[in-house]
Amino acid sequence: MPQHELILLKNMMQPGYTGSLQDYEKTGGYQAIRNTLGKIAPADVTAMVRKSGLRGRGGAGFPTGVKWGFLPKDYQGPRYLCCNADESEPGTFKDRQLMERDPHQVLEGILLACYAIGAETAYIYIRGEMVLGSRILEQAINEARAAGYIGKNILGTGIHADVWVHRGAGAYICGEETALLESLEGKRGLPRIKPPFPATHGLYNKPTVVNNVETLANLPHIMNRGPEWFAAIGSPPKSTGTRVFCVSGHVKRPGNYEVPMGVTVRELVYEHAGGMRSDKPMKAFIPGGASAPFLTPAHLDVKLDFEHVATAGSMLGSGGVTIMEEGTSMVWAALRLMEFFYHESCGKCSPCREGSSWLVQTLRRIMAKRGRMEDLETLLDLCKNIAGRTVCAFGDAEVAPIQSTLKHWRQEYVDLIHEAEAANLIKPEPVGRP
Amino acid sequence: MTFIDKYKNEIDQILSRYPVKRSALIPLLYVAQRDQGYVSEAVMQEIARLLGITPPQVYETVTFYTMFNLKPVGKFHIQVCKSLMCALVGSDTLIGWMKTKLGIAPGESTTDGLFTLSAVECLAACGTGPMMQINEDYYEQVTEDKLDRILADLRSTGTSTLKSGPFMWPEPAPSERGA
Repeated sequence: MPQHELILLKNMMQPGYTGSLQDYEKTGGYQAIRNTLGKIAPADVTAMVRKSGLRGRGGAGFPTGVKWGFLPKDYQGPRYLCCNADESEPGTFKDRQLMERDPHQVLEGILLACYAIGAETAYIYIRGEMVLGSRILEQAINEARAAGYIGKNILGTGIHADVWVHRGAGAYICGEETALLESLEGKRGLPRIKPPFPATHGLYNKPTVVNNVETLANLPHIMNRGPEWFAAIGSPPKSTGTRVFCVSGHVKRPGNYEVPMGVTVRELVYEHAGGMRSDKPMKAFIPGGASAPFLTPAHLDVKLDFEHVATAGSMLGSGGVTIMEEGTSMVWAALRLMEFFYHESCGKCSPCREGSSWLVQTLRRIMAKRGRMEDLETLLDLCKNIAGRTVCAFGDAEVAPIQSTLKHWRQEYVDLIHEAEAANLIKPEPVGRP
Repeated sequence: MTFIDKYKNEIDQILSRYPVKRSALIPLLYVAQRDQGYVSEAVMQEIARLLGITPPQVYETVTFYTMFNLKPVGKFHIQVCKSLMCALVGSDTLIGWMKTKLGIAPGESTTDGLFTLSAVECLAACGTGPMMQINEDYYEQVTEDKLDRILADLRSTGTSTLKSGPFMWPEPAPSERGA
């Protein structure tokens, strides 16, 4: 296996590391707080993060320092930080590991972000199912509060920051930052129309930053070792640092692998994840969670960074890499993902709410060998009328599995329809919308 | 005793975290569900009064999220992930075992009230599928043998040592661990 330095998973790889405050401090934990709070101006912290090139690890990849810079400078009222721990993109399971195995690393990142943006309250919005994770975080918060890292007058600097864990209750859409804010306000998790953006009108209509767990966990390291160090890792200048990739599907060793941005899919799968689980070759992969379009083995040498994956026609997204072997039905795979999106559509925008239902029905019909050739045009037509026509990016995400499988494996759809025609299961009907 | 009287200290503690009362809604619903196993209409009305919102505002929130039960469920609520990543490694087979062993399909409960089965969407354990959540605990890399042991444990002791601890996968081999 190629050697490279681990950043985020380094502590938890140590034998006997429990993630307790004591263990974290032994590895140099909370030094960044000691060296930053009251010693480096908040605006300079933001500038350092911007210089590091750190981009959001939740899916969109927006530059973190730039996001912080959007907060109004002269605003006198409260500001909020929300840590997005809603991890619910199918294929993604990295934040769970970061929170459950090294919670103080995440907390130190949260405190640094609070300091940089002037927030005195942070909420960790964790997905409701992760009960263990929420308990581990709460225990870590109590430890950190007792040690003076969280609460009033942190380490005598006169700076205040409190951190609370807030559990979601089972809704994928609450990982979208404005839906997260609605949910945190005790409402249905419906994304807000933007602008205004959370930077000016966020939680309780106050300036708010929402950052992913992995994004925040990088901050102590950037402060300790400097933005230049971080900016040199990975695939500079646009994709810096490491990424914790979550490998799932038909590989020998699925799991979380932290590698520098820009390694190829081939290296991730064959050198880290042990290669395919059987002698069947790879047929398809998804590079960045369920919202990312499928790619083929022709894309195995695509570098896993924001730009290269986008150029290949997909997206790096949340870092969830799912591998499928030869023999997997791509129509079935698209249907499975589409059923997910249909279930999780929040219902706010008609194209997504109605369209996801139509897409599932049409795919089910094709899978059941009752499809007709016009269904393929119907699918693409529906996709075209959903993507870009909704309040949030969910609409773009839900069409990705269908558009990409139709692009690369159209023949599989056609074969199923031919089987239907051969079995004479369908009677000719006028073509029309379902 | 009303719900609010019964959990006064815990409720006050929850309310103190938020500058706007309605934010406490989901946390309070969790307390209610822990108490009764589901969220009853009476509790929703109590919570509405406490937070200064209308009962429909509580109801619309409750019904948006999948984790709140509006009616009682079995003592053990088994939720099997059926999303693509788990399906690739055998979640349909796992649901099939449930049907054989418990005699119930997703959406059904056993007649003794012990088990309720649901097929749910992704639970963020895609590298360790097939997996399921039973009440608050995750169970991962479920095999038929492991499932038998889990069900036997639950019946006899109410819990199982096969549940997941703090998550890390893959566990590093000794040679990969740092010095």
